[in-house]
Amino acid sequence: MTKEESENGSDDMLIDGPKQGSVIPDGFNPNYLKVYYDGRHPGCDKSYFGRREFSFTLDNDIYLRFQSFNSESELENSIKEKCPSKIDIGPVYSVDPAKRHAYAQGGDNVFAPVERELIFDIDITDYDDVRYCCSGADVCLECWPLMTVAIKVIDTALRDDFGFDHILWVYSGRRGVHCWVCDGKARRLTNEQRGAIADYFRVYKGNENSNKKVSFPGPLHPFLVRSYTEVLREFFEEKLLLSQNLFSTEERYEKILSMIPDESVTSELRGKWQENRRSSNSKEDINFFRWEQLKNTLQSGKQKVQGLRRCVEEIVFAFTYPRLDMEVSKHRNHLLKAPFCVHPKTGRVCIPIDPKDCEEFDPTTVPTLSELLRELNTGDSRMDVDNEWEKTSLGKSIRFFRSSFLQPLLKSCKEEMESGYKAKIQQTKNSLSW
Amino acid sequence: MEIVPSQRTRTNTPNDSVSTLPLYRYAPQLEVRLEDFEVFAMDRLRVLKGISDALARGKRPEEMENLVRDLWKANMRHPEASEEVNKDIISHFVLRLVYCRTEDLRKWFLSMETALYRYRFLLRSSEAKRALMAEFDLPCKAISRTEFENVKEKLEQVARSFDQPLPTADAIFYKVPFEEVPELVAGRRVYIHKGHAYVAMHQVVSLVVTQFRSNLSKALILTNRKWTSTIREQERDRLTPIVEALSMSYLGPDYSQPKEFGEISIKDLDQLARSSFPLCMRHLFDKLREDHHLKHGGRMQLGLFLKGVGLRMEDALAFWKAEFSQKVGAERFDKEYAYSIRHNYGKEGKRTDYTPYSCQKIISLTPGVGDHHGCPYRHFSEENLSAALGRMGVGSRAMEDVLDKVRNRHYQLACTLTFEAVHGSSCDAGINHPNQYFSDSHKILQPKVEIVI
Repeated sequence: MTKEESENGSDDMLIDGPKQGSVIPDGFNPNYLKVYYDGRHPGCDKSYFGRREFSFTLDNDIYLRFQSFNSESELENSIKEKCPSKIDIGPVYSVDPAKRHAYAQGGDNVFAPVERELIFDIDITDYDDVRYCCSGADVCLECWPLMTVAIKVIDTALRDDFGFDHILWVYSGRRGVHCWVCDGKARRLTNEQRGAIADYFRVYKGNENSNKKVSFPGPLHPFLVRSYTEVLREFFEEKLLLSQNLFSTEERYEKILSMIPDESVTSELRGKWQENRRSSNSKEDINFFRWEQLKNTLQSGKQKVQGLRRCVEEIVFAFTYPRLDMEVSKHRNHLLKAPFCVHPKTGRVCIPIDPKDCEEFDPTTVPTLSELLRELNTGDSRMDVDNEWEKTSLGKSIRFFRSSFLQPLLKSCKEEMESGYKAKIQQTKNSLSW
Repeated sequence: MEIVPSQRTRTNTPNDSVSTLPLYRYAPQLEVRLEDFEVFAMDRLRVLKGISDALARGKRPEEMENLVRDLWKANMRHPEASEEVNKDIISHFVLRLVYCRTEDLRKWFLSMETALYRYRFLLRSSEAKRALMAEFDLPCKAISRTEFENVKEKLEQVARSFDQPLPTADAIFYKVPFEEVPELVAGRRVYIHKGHAYVAMHQVVSLVVTQFRSNLSKALILTNRKWTSTIREQERDRLTPIVEALSMSYLGPDYSQPKEFGEISIKDLDQLARSSFPLCMRHLFDKLREDHHLKHGGRMQLGLFLKGVGLRMEDALAFWKAEFSQKVGAERFDKEYAYSIRHNYGKEGKRTDYTPYSCQKIISLTPGVGDHHGCPYRHFSEENLSAALGRMGVGSRAMEDVLDKVRNRHYQLACTLTFEAVHGSSCDAGINHPNQYFSDSHKILQPKVEIVI
């Protein structure tokens, strides 16, 4: 029946020979990610791939938008020829993006996105106000777990709450993660529906001008309850408290105290902690100790002040709950970096992350371009180009990508296409009958 | 709909008003007197404008229900029920002609008509609601007792999170694909499982409203096509002038084309920011001077405001460049930021001339980490707000009044009081657009000299 192009579609490993030496900008790009149809099944849409937007960032910061290709090999050749340092994937439009100007004057916007994966972008710099080990573009093993936690919370919700199955998490190459939800249902979501999902996930609302950035006026929604009891509380109490030393200095504990809207509670705690040196129990970590004190004080004072009821949860959420970039998810025409690209600043490959195993992911050991080059050059030169990567440290990622994500997705797309086609045939038959 | 000159009498044969809440699916087969055409539309416009003002002032749903009831009673009632239904339908379709013509107008009309429909639906009885629901094509099913028992605990959690009464044993819940109820999903007002949302009877309005909105949105596009292709020319001596006048009358100027471009020069900006900018823009301006950078939301809000104030594009480019180069360098500015400034002035891309944001829009924005846009009366803590207002010159007595408005979520009234305190004169119209604040302030501080001949 239909042959899967994926089998022979090689990941174009665009590597110039070792003579090039240092930085070779290229994209290691599984373009067949987006080739759902091979053009042979009668029910398939031949124009689909050609209507997908790609964008290339070239070496001298030249940015080429609205690139489109009629076949996988066209894409591959263009990549090899242009050697982009970054490749972004955009939506599938109503018409070939290269022809968009012909339609722009229509007034009713005939050139518009029709399908686009549901995407999420989580960047650790958005957590700068709650991590003390690093700031800006830096990431270390103390703060990376914030990303792990974000993956767990969002992934569970996407599957259990929204019923999505085909979800790909990708390391962004430096300081964050991207998520691609590729179910047909997800690709067909409107901007309004995407905005609704993004808002469903939104908890943190604030910037430096507001004190209380997480506020729970009433008991928590089941989604938040699950996130708290299954992931966030344990992470906060057993990992983050320690790794970030959240209570160890006055500046740090004041930040937490500013989240408690009750003077009597905060002054009581402040009093205890300012005179801490003498009475601290040296066996127990100071962060644990003070957190327990805070919880006890909050829970004992019979909640006269309304705002105190869920203060503990608010603090935990403020530090640990995922912070998404809303704009990325809300608009269908937003571009996002393709998986398996090489990050120009770190040289690391944007490899997939298994959500079931995300605790084991270590951003500091992700294969870099130079490592891969070395591995390839020392490998067996007689090996078939298609399987070169199997012996490198990228092999595991590619196998995971194919078996856990790509194959099931292709299968589901085929099923959708076949049933849609059958239904169409049936309809034509019905309309003919008298 | 056939428009007839005033002398003829009307015959009524409505065809789309089975319920008292019409769906406006088809233009009615009625003859309408020319004068009624305008009068009905104006009455309905008063209702829509009332809703618009109330929403901008952040009125709560319960208050909106009462407001809509009062507005409808005051403007649309008729002793004979059939006459009332006619007026309802006719006025809606007339306003469709008026508001189909640009994207901004369509957006406004869609929002207000949807809000109007929502509250009129809510005012109906349960029986009437059920009947109305049947008229829509809703993909929802009531869940069985067993399923209810299975999810009861989660449904209770959701109810508690909004201080709603817990669902009773005989409560009816509908199961619906989550895509059908985006507002409920966004507000986490429903329990969702495997792609289905469990919607309570009282939330059913959301389903209905989403469909209403979607139907009307499509209809407006079609109406626009018909307008541009046939109606406008056909009616150029009769209806078209009325239609055009109606659209101007209530939305007020949108400041997209400042009357005098180039009136403001870069060197005036610091002074003007101190004397005539509303707090939201002053905050953005100060942050820009301080950080030599603003994130996208801030660049849009401040950039469009400055355009509305009369800053020429060349001056705008120079201004932003002077600031941003101190942080990212001149080259990066040219590469990454200049484009979007030109975009705002309609010189790139779609070449839409973007309009400066109104208060309603700004209040609806939610700034995130590192952002400084949005409405400070809404987002600043009291402490920070008092400090900022103090810097603007608001005295302690006025400050209390302003904070009181803020606590009651009347952000625009708070800004109006600020204006009055800073300028020492009253602002009866109330502030509903930052550029209005600026031009009113400018008028007071720079009185034009009258030349007497």
